[in-house]
Amino acid sequence: MSEFLHMGGYAVFVWPAYVAVMGVVVILGIQSWRSQKTLTAEAARLKQTMGEEEQH
Amino acid sequence: MMHRFANPTRFVRLADRMLPWLFIVTLGSFAVGLYMALITSPPDYQQGDSVRIMYVHAPSAWMGLFGYMVLAGASFASLVWRHPLADAAAKASAPIGAAFTGLALLTGSLWGQPMWGTWWVWDARLTSMLVLFFLYLGYMALWSAIEDRQKASKAAAILALVGAINVPIIKFSVDWWNTLHQPASIMRQGGPSMDSAMLWPLGIMFVAFNAYYAMVLMWRIKAELAARKIETLRYNQAARQEGPAARQEGPAARQEGQAVLEEGS
Repeated sequence: MSEFLHMGGYAVFVWPAYVAVMGVVVILGIQSWRSQKTLTAEAARLKQTMGEEEQH
Repeated sequence: MMHRFANPTRFVRLADRMLPWLFIVTLGSFAVGLYMALITSPPDYQQGDSVRIMYVHAPSAWMGLFGYMVLAGASFASLVWRHPLADAAAKASAPIGAAFTGLALLTGSLWGQPMWGTWWVWDARLTSMLVLFFLYLGYMALWSAIEDRQKASKAAAILALVGAINVPIIKFSVDWWNTLHQPASIMRQGGPSMDSAMLWPLGIMFVAFNAYYAMVLMWRIKAELAARKIETLRYNQAARQEGPAARQEGPAARQEGQAVLEEGS
């Protein structure tokens, strides 16, 4: 295990590279997913309330 | 035919059908790809374990470049056909491409230090990638600086098309100029010059990155389309409350909003 973490002496280069890439991938993914979720729900909600207003 | 495909409602329906699959492919290929890249693939006989940086560096660089090709292609479509979906796609691609270009620069630097003995060198490949990064930033800055959406879209699209000249420069920079960066080793004449023990993990990582890009792009287009719909609905709501006088003030905006609503209903 410690040999794996040691990365043949290149640990200080390999691990930051992987952490940065996977960190950005996860954060950008979650942020994009969340914003489409909230905005789609908000659009549907607005449309519904406007439709109800029209009926009155 | 193009127009049929580019209908926003149809797009959202298609995206919703594809997204679960893309999510599974992304997750699966990242799991397998990372396992192979970090554990089962062999260290390089010259570079040792530092070669493992390649498995995240090369796909990041590719996504940075591909993201810009999508951005430029969609910008062209938006300028010529003025289709709202093209313009949403271009806008959605920018932050993803910018993120991967930044990651390519960062991981390249982390690979360059042990292998070349320097974090950075102003050679053709590295410099043209840095220019790509700034093009993305400029594109996004234009969108947020101009309030009127149509004007912003047009200005950003023109910048995107002018910047597209950088794409072939990046690709061929390693052939046209002397550079520290290695030449192409996958997409080259005579096939890849890489051992299959390294080619497989790299290929799987490419699948993972591409699926991820497609998935996040769809999410972001959906978000953009929903944001525009909200804007139009709010505008109509305000116009109704203020009565017919207010409606006459913004006939162009209203018409445009109506078109979006009809497509989106």
